[in-house]
Amino acid sequence: MIGFWTLFYKELLRFWKVAFQTVAAPVLTALLYLLIFGHVLDEHVQVHGVRYISFLVPGLVMMQVLQNAFANSSSSLIQAKITGSIVFVLLPPIPYGAFFAAYVLASVVRGLMVGLGVLIATLWFAELRMAAPLWVLAFAVLSGAVLGALGMIAGLWSEKFDQLAAFQNFLIMPLTMLSGVFYSIHSLPAVWQTVSHYNPVFYMIDGFRYGFFGVSDVAPEVSLTVVIACFVAVSLLTLGLLKRGWKLRA
Amino acid sequence: MAAAVSIVDVVKHFGALEALAGVSLEIAEGEFFGLLGPNGAGKTTLISTLAGLVRADSGSLAVLGHDVVKDYRKARGLLGMVPQEIVFDPFFSVRETLRIQSGYFGLRHNDDWIDEILENLDLTSKADTNMRRLSGGMKRRVLVAQALVHKPPVIVLDEPTAGVDVELRQGLWQFVRRLNGEGHTIILTTHYLEEAEALCGRIALMKQGRIIALDTTANLMAAHPGGSLEDVFVRTMNQ
Repeated sequence: MIGFWTLFYKELLRFWKVAFQTVAAPVLTALLYLLIFGHVLDEHVQVHGVRYISFLVPGLVMMQVLQNAFANSSSSLIQAKITGSIVFVLLPPIPYGAFFAAYVLASVVRGLMVGLGVLIATLWFAELRMAAPLWVLAFAVLSGAVLGALGMIAGLWSEKFDQLAAFQNFLIMPLTMLSGVFYSIHSLPAVWQTVSHYNPVFYMIDGFRYGFFGVSDVAPEVSLTVVIACFVAVSLLTLGLLKRGWKLRA
Repeated sequence: MAAAVSIVDVVKHFGALEALAGVSLEIAEGEFFGLLGPNGAGKTTLISTLAGLVRADSGSLAVLGHDVVKDYRKARGLLGMVPQEIVFDPFFSVRETLRIQSGYFGLRHNDDWIDEILENLDLTSKADTNMRRLSGGMKRRVLVAQALVHKPPVIVLDEPTAGVDVELRQGLWQFVRRLNGEGHTIILTTHYLEEAEALCGRIALMKQGRIIALDTTANLMAAHPGGSLEDVFVRTMNQ
């Protein structure tokens, strides 16, 4: 267990030492989204009977939770692989399950820290209530874990920063941006509503938003089931790759 | 009693390249063993396989009787390895690096031993310096320190003095000799043959993934009277 806690602590320390870049910068980005979209659309749009600027906040919080959870594990692994310092975690007797848990948990912590930062920063701009806090927490933690595990796969797969950037920009970014962060899928044409239902990130954001407003596009139980299923699938895949030493041990 | 290291018929290919062609070797506990050979001979592949960084295509390897695949946790806990390349984690200071490395090996309160290693490797004044600010030689000392944090009974040093000044070399060898004297098994790869000659009790010479000579240093030298280990090395490689 000491190996796990040490790796977890190391991963926390790693992002905390550059918190300006890993925590403060994403909070600022979310605030800019809120100011721009909120200012332009707040007086014209209401969603689920909620002011647009209030509707937007949970989406932005969740978007940053997801993107930062992904960024944490993926960037840590790719940096360690490229600099060669990955050897320090490959030589000790750390079981692959502990390796997985430490990276995913640290990703969740970073995601939650950024999410909390966005939430606090936006309190000045939008009125928010939390109808079901446990749903908020469950979706934030589970969704962060899914993206943390996905970040591990991306970090393992990538052999250069360029490949990781492609994974991030051509998969993670579209999945999060087209998931209902900025809109309710009921405002989309029927075909895009159908497409959205195949995007797992949609369920993460919709369920998270339910925790704030008590209303959502899909029943929160359905969303939670999808998110849990995604977590199990991505975790099993990641654990399988780690067990094989895929792209870690020659 | 189990050998410190037991390697049986290990084969490893990287694509078409046969990096290890059926290597077998046994190193007894407490030995100071030298693994020598030209670049590309397979030395680093062999010790990386022992450390679990590379997986053999066939054959088996064990550290103090623990198979490096089937019983990898025990085997890795008994082994300390200094990698050939200078690698470091740029986020941490020297002390943080060593504390973290201790934790990976299951050790929580290891500062007394860390302080001793720092002193022996002349790193005490750099303990709170970030790794990025160290010179190449200093970084290599930290690599040695990292391999020793868990007091491993078997220590593998892969060219530990490459690019290191004379003073550190002397300090390092003094420290490693002490560890060997206390019972630690040392496996050394180096291109500085005079170091191997002075330190190693037994030497294996590798070429193209095979061990082509294996004997005590004294016997190897006796086979080529009047010559240095370098002469022995050159003649053996050209045979």
